[in-house]
Amino acid sequence: MLGRKIARHGLAIVATALIGGFLSATLVRFAPGFDSDEAQLDPHLNSSSVQALRQARLEHNNIFRFYALSMTRALRGDLGNSISLGQPVSTLLRDRAPLTLRLLGLGLLLSWAAVLALALSAAKLRVAIYDGAATVASGTLLCIPAAVLALFSVLWNLPGALAIALIIFPRDYRYTRNLLGKGYSLPHVLAARAKGISETRILFWHVVPVVAPQILAVAGVSVTIALGAAIPVEALCGFAGVGQLAWQAALARDLPLLVNITVLVTLVTLLANSGADLIGSLWRSQA
Amino acid sequence: MKTWRIVACLVLLLVLGMSLAASWLAPAGYARQYRDAVGAPPSHAHWLGTDEIGRDRFARLLYGTRISLLLAPAAALFSTLMAALVGGLAGYLGGIWSRIAMAVTDLFLSLPWLFLLITVRALLPLNVSPLVSVLVTFLLLGLLGWSSAARVLCSATSTLRNSDFVRQARASGIQGTRLFWIHVLPNLKPVLYAQFWISIPAFILSEANLGILGLGVAEPLPSWGSLLKELEGLISVGEEPWKFVPLVLLIVVVTSFQLALSNSDEVAA
Repeated sequence: MLGRKIARHGLAIVATALIGGFLSATLVRFAPGFDSDEAQLDPHLNSSSVQALRQARLEHNNIFRFYALSMTRALRGDLGNSISLGQPVSTLLRDRAPLTLRLLGLGLLLSWAAVLALALSAAKLRVAIYDGAATVASGTLLCIPAAVLALFSVLWNLPGALAIALIIFPRDYRYTRNLLGKGYSLPHVLAARAKGISETRILFWHVVPVVAPQILAVAGVSVTIALGAAIPVEALCGFAGVGQLAWQAALARDLPLLVNITVLVTLVTLLANSGADLIGSLWRSQA
Repeated sequence: MKTWRIVACLVLLLVLGMSLAASWLAPAGYARQYRDAVGAPPSHAHWLGTDEIGRDRFARLLYGTRISLLLAPAAALFSTLMAALVGGLAGYLGGIWSRIAMAVTDLFLSLPWLFLLITVRALLPLNVSPLVSVLVTFLLLGLLGWSSAARVLCSATSTLRNSDFVRQARASGIQGTRLFWIHVLPNLKPVLYAQFWISIPAFILSEANLGILGLGVAEPLPSWGSLLKELEGLISVGEEPWKFVPLVLLIVVVTSFQLALSNSDEVAA
């Protein structure tokens, strides 16, 4: 059962990579300005060099051929060259990925620590004022654009990871609070409480096993949110990570770089969601 | 809750009304430069001061609000229609069509929203006229923001397809398009309304994010995104607090939308 599920997720990831790659190649191929190359305007080039450049461009005219070439190169680890930065995309990603991973990891850790602490205390205490205050705080954060939170972190000299945590927190808090609230109001939990079982035991033996798979799914989705948050935070806080690279590529219309980043980010997202789903399934089967 | 919803609706109406009356409240317009009052603090002549090239911030806020509040619903309408088409048909047809449509939807959903937006925005020329940039920004939001709504609509349509009254209609000989238009689509109205209203604040926030990153509405046209971009140059919060007015207004408007739609969330779920 689990093996089949892993195979299905694996297939979905491969299919997404292939379809996503094809769509990206199509978008790059048909983007305005693809046919023109400013290198052809270089007065230092002779006519045969210009002709060679034109010939190289012509080879990309057929979208399927263009896709096949891109895929073959990608399989060899060659993701092409960045137009704006003049460096191989794979080198750029290799250099910048560690910083982004560190930032996102820390942001996710901070946000989930806050989400679990607040949601658990709100669900357990059931004090209207406390619950209301937490809801208002998360609701307000939800109404502030991610880029503004990034600007505030610059303004107040706060760590970038905190800005990412603040962007993720309100989205996860709402779901987690509702899940835990439902978990605590289940009949068997009420019966356990009536029998005088300790709160810690109720939490770990009766609530967590029920809500954990769904919270894991929310955790998987929060990776997607964190990746999206990396763009404004890195761009506005000046972190040289993948998010900033994507933003610079967008401003420079560096499509090969941008499209490769997007496909890779999609794969990371799918891996995170599939991982969360598989762990959730494993948890359910063990329970 | 009902009182809060009424207050939220009144706030939205007030903000919309003021933005629509922008040409009356700020007759000089959003692009006029007061060169003798560049970067001026709030005064009787300029309620929110002027920006670094001498344009009246209050006028820009009113016109920017108008753009965001009129075009976000237009984008939301477009995305809801696309979601109805993709999700509704997928749920109605079922089988392989549903699986294909949901696979495409999953592909869209697995992309972080901002990555998708800036990628597609970058595919289009950035150096365009302000009016084109407004249209491109909001059209993109509409074109790309349909996926989660399509999933909800597919599930709702799938439930409707197997409901008793649709089965009875089918048994009575009503088939295909007529069944979809007459019996299925009208029953999807609550979900469609909910998805439409939920999309508006999401699109307003997305435009603001794009604007701050320099990929939104082009100058000199104002929008909440371009107005919030001014916060980038601040050194401290207390330095020029009036620069926070667009942010406060944005939070008030988005919160009002959330409050006004508090029961739409339940319908959408």
